[in-house]
Amino acid sequence: MKNRMPGLRFSPRESSRTKLGREKPINRKHRILHVKDLKTYFYGTEGITKAVDGISYEINEGEIVGLVGESGCGKSVSALSLLRLIPNPPGRIAGGEIIFESVDLLRISEKQMRALRGNKIAMIFQEPMTSLNPSLTIGRQISEALELHQNMSKKAAWRESIRLLELVRLPNAEQRADDYPHQLSGGMRQRVMIAMALSCKPRLLIADEPTTALDVTIQAQLLEELKGLTTRFGTAVLLITHNLGIIARYAQRVNVMYAGRIVEAAKVEDLYTAPRHPYTIQLIASVPRLDRSDRTKLSTIEGAPPPLFNLPRGCAFHPRCSYAINKCREERPKFLSVGRDHYVACWVDMEKGK
Amino acid sequence: MENRFVLEVKELVKYFDMTTGVLGRKIADIKAVDGVSFHIAKGETLGLVGESGCGKSTVGMCILRLYQPTSGEITFEGANLLKAKGTRLRHMRRTLQPIFQDPYGSLDPRMTAGNIIGEPLRVHGMGKNREYRERVDELLSIVGLSSHMRYRYPHEFSGGQRQRIAIARALSVNPSLIICDEAISALDVCVQSQIINLLEGLQKRFDLTYLFIAHDLSMVRHISKRIAVMYLGKFVEVASSEEFYNHSIHPYTKALISAVPMPDPLLEAKRERIILSGEVPSALAPPSGCRFHPRCKHSMERCREMIPELRNVGGDHWVACHLV
Repeated sequence: MKNRMPGLRFSPRESSRTKLGREKPINRKHRILHVKDLKTYFYGTEGITKAVDGISYEINEGEIVGLVGESGCGKSVSALSLLRLIPNPPGRIAGGEIIFESVDLLRISEKQMRALRGNKIAMIFQEPMTSLNPSLTIGRQISEALELHQNMSKKAAWRESIRLLELVRLPNAEQRADDYPHQLSGGMRQRVMIAMALSCKPRLLIADEPTTALDVTIQAQLLEELKGLTTRFGTAVLLITHNLGIIARYAQRVNVMYAGRIVEAAKVEDLYTAPRHPYTIQLIASVPRLDRSDRTKLSTIEGAPPPLFNLPRGCAFHPRCSYAINKCREERPKFLSVGRDHYVACWVDMEKGK
Repeated sequence: MENRFVLEVKELVKYFDMTTGVLGRKIADIKAVDGVSFHIAKGETLGLVGESGCGKSTVGMCILRLYQPTSGEITFEGANLLKAKGTRLRHMRRTLQPIFQDPYGSLDPRMTAGNIIGEPLRVHGMGKNREYRERVDELLSIVGLSSHMRYRYPHEFSGGQRQRIAIARALSVNPSLIICDEAISALDVCVQSQIINLLEGLQKRFDLTYLFIAHDLSMVRHISKRIAVMYLGKFVEVASSEEFYNHSIHPYTKALISAVPMPDPLLEAKRERIILSGEVPSALAPPSGCRFHPRCKHSMERCREMIPELRNVGGDHWVACHLV
């Protein structure tokens, strides 16, 4: 197994997956990331904040998987957990497994982890100004990673940086490489972030709200670019956003997160046409659509998400759910398969199915 | 019916000086708003959309007289807003209220919610003691907050609640026109729809007129009756929200609409995508002729030379494009 040819990427199916009682059709695509029951807790004075409370999902080669949810539902923490960037204390990954290309990231040393970050696993953050180093030129920042991870010479790395900047269509890449981040517009900075993230041809790219701060036109430019490039390199992408439109346009599968847990996971077509979880249903209904002109009242989800340090018993969504039954208030719903590649954690849905 | 329009803006121009050196020598004009005309009828909502830096907020600031326009005319409730002074200006300031984007920055962190909401009442000498307290309570309940929250400070509220406080503050002095400058942009999706519903409800209840400035086209289309699209300091298209989506004409409007991803994968798979190249040029040296021509795939000789005028293409639909 160890000296498997890198070109052959079929991994044997694991038997431990029967835990959730699901069996999926054999996927011809190679699985890059498999997160199992990941738990990230923060230990504070107000108690334990369960930012991520047992989430499981997987991403295959060349696939874009969306992660949606409101602010504070644990989307970003779950992304940072993948890179083991949770500040400790107060945070700690309390349990679970993160299998990246058959290695459990939670069991390797910090040194091994450092060799992966920015190399095989890259991340694009929301705020390009704070995630770029203001005192280094952008060319230098990209070559740094190349020198470190790819053992390139200074000169070769610089040439490669310019090539990457051209790849993400930064105008006048050669001159721009000498610019500092503050000399660039928001869109250009995010291009630099993408170039940097793709520099070492990552197997997994985590994009955390990559275009939230940008205009729609620039957003469209960048996401088209990102999609094109990741398809070309076969990169697996975890696309975190609160924008349901972006998911519909760019992702193939989607996980909906609420209060630290995934409440629904499905293929994009299924999630939008036949959502099952009341939260997903209401979330989709609350977004006004550009192509619909009904000037009726928007439907909303009343109330606010619960604080993560004091989650309600049972299903975390039950206080805001209009379908809630007694069971929802007492027992946490299981995450069960309701169709091909479609999973829902909802008691009401289960009762209906019976 | 002379006074059909609450607000009429004619050829509004706002240039900012670009200065250099310690003496602040002026070296250029930043043409933030360059000849914009529009009107808003009573009880109507006009949406104003465009990319960042197109000058949409500057328009709002000029109407609020927080910026002194370089030239142009603004008529508010039949009177010249730019020439107003003294009591007349005070009256206009009362009936013209803003709601800003950042509910963190627009509320004084050292004032309680009650004081924030009541401040305009005190400034305009509307109500004292019991009357004042009752009005604040009433306003809190109008925006869906409970009256015990009046003693809390802004940091104790969530983003949505803060925006409700900002709305209550704007409502306190019975305004007729509210300028919402990206009023919901900083909020979560579900909270956005709550605030939109609140704004729509208030509009009906108090016969309010809104100028709704935002970059989120779907929200703008939902709340507005008419939409104006702005590009580099000029309006390129004004249309009813119906026409805006179905029959937009200007290539920029089309590109803008196609850039908005819709929460519908089946539709997304079919939609035509117009990806604009490049970014908005600098307002320091806007392109000659039609300002959109360097990014427009239909641009012709004429577009580079002549500035297209806003022309009526039927109904309430106006377009500034040589193609029409």
